[in-house]
Amino acid sequence: MTNKQTGANEEAACETVWAAEKVSWIDRLPRAVTMFLVLLVFLSVWQIAFMLKVISHIILPSPFATIEEIVTVGLNLLTGDYMLKALWTTAQEVLIGFMIAVVLGFFLGLLVGETDFGERMVMPYLVAINAMPKVAFAPLFVSWLGFGIASKVALAAFVALFPVIVGTAAGIHAADQNARMLFRTIGASRWQTLTMLKLPTGMPHFFTGLKNAAVLAVVGAVVGEFLGGGKGFGELIRIAASMINTPRVFALIIYLSLLGLGTFGVVLWLQRKLIFWHKETITTEELFE
Amino acid sequence: MTMENTLSSLPVGLEGRPVFELRGVSKTYKRRNVHALEKIDLRLTEGSFWAVIGSSGCGKSTLLKIMTGLLSPSEGSVMLSGKPVTGPRRDIGMMFQQPTLFPWRTAVENVVLPIEIRDGKKAALEKHKDAKALLDLVGLKGFEQVYPNELSGGMAQRVAICRMLITEPAVLLLDEPFSALDELSRDFMDMELQRICKERNATTFLVTHSIPEAVILSDMVSVMSPRPGRIAATVTIDLPRPRTLEMMTEPRFAAYVKQIRELLDKGAFL
Repeated sequence: MTNKQTGANEEAACETVWAAEKVSWIDRLPRAVTMFLVLLVFLSVWQIAFMLKVISHIILPSPFATIEEIVTVGLNLLTGDYMLKALWTTAQEVLIGFMIAVVLGFFLGLLVGETDFGERMVMPYLVAINAMPKVAFAPLFVSWLGFGIASKVALAAFVALFPVIVGTAAGIHAADQNARMLFRTIGASRWQTLTMLKLPTGMPHFFTGLKNAAVLAVVGAVVGEFLGGGKGFGELIRIAASMINTPRVFALIIYLSLLGLGTFGVVLWLQRKLIFWHKETITTEELFE
Repeated sequence: MTMENTLSSLPVGLEGRPVFELRGVSKTYKRRNVHALEKIDLRLTEGSFWAVIGSSGCGKSTLLKIMTGLLSPSEGSVMLSGKPVTGPRRDIGMMFQQPTLFPWRTAVENVVLPIEIRDGKKAALEKHKDAKALLDLVGLKGFEQVYPNELSGGMAQRVAICRMLITEPAVLLLDEPFSALDELSRDFMDMELQRICKERNATTFLVTHSIPEAVILSDMVSVMSPRPGRIAATVTIDLPRPRTLEMMTEPRFAAYVKQIRELLDKGAFL
């Protein structure tokens, strides 16, 4: 624009047209497509690394061999062969362990969160136990409860217990000062304050604990199987690894993770149903807590 | 208005039956050795509106807790409707800066909460009709089944007003009820509050940080000063009722605001 024009077009200049906000082409693609692209890049890097022999082929199989194995294992699972039985065994360990953790964790959380006795006398022990590497107790559980399902259930429950305790206790403390004061001025009993104020307010915290517990229960069960044998999926992984069948190990881990994802999904679904007022998306923080 | 009148700690007050009476209320937290309140005298008559204004930490929340029966005074007596306050009372309605609604309950379920806590679910259900009438009174007709998430700040405070009124309390204690709202909503809600109080002949005690709010709503404005919390002065607001927002531009209104500001500046912010 020349100087002459500036004077003449002063009014027009006021209506500045903003350049359209720039959105990179990658952000415009549908999410499914970009997610697939990321997977494709990952597999390509893997394939290149395989072809360049960066790592021995025994340790790092080609992505194609792995995908093939995923299909093989998947077919085995679908036809209800021994792998499905193994998966069912592990699923039982995870679910029973998880449920024990939820019930026990809820009551311990109540004890710690709601009573002075719990907070002063029980809490320090819980903190101390929580600081321990819990899977290190696996050999003990095996020697106490044998090589059957019980020792794995116990380890799954033990590992998953603490997030539930923390979630419950944190939830009980979540109600704000005014809400408590309101309940007191109304003359609510302790039971009413707990059931009508503290527990509903704490639901999101409780569910955060449950989601962590759902994932940890799988860890507990599998570690139990690694150390205590049995008939579960962990045992299959251990056998495949000892035969240096790396593609199979990868394939088994994929299906095992579906178990954790499934439990997590059920808890998430339940949370969205129950806590309809708490609109939340899964945050990165929560996933890696 | 003479100085003697405005500066005496216990003004003659309006005529009428006293509802709330505080005599020489002091509070010392022994463990922390904090002298929180010093000889508070208040006499709220039926249908009157009393505001207390003061900086943070002047003992207002201690005073409110004593009035609601959540704390016992170290000295002095608190009487409500002729009976001493010794614990939480049914005939006190309370409201806070935050609406403190419960998101898992609809508007009407939030309103009947005090009934549900005191008399059970069945009694609460029977009160739904009254609750709806109250929501209608505060201009929330048609919002009965809405969850608090979908209400604006002002609307949520109206629901809180209804919850306070559902038990038909003898006195309303308002703890900075509209200070979380924007200025425009606040003026509007103040006028709504006046209308509701008049309609129900409510006796109201308001704690606020806003001098204009105190002046436009009240019959009496007490200025509190801190350490220990005491009533430094009480001003009788002699403006005609009903008050309107236009009054805020009148010189009389400005004079009251100026007077209270000067009283506050004396020592409240040291």
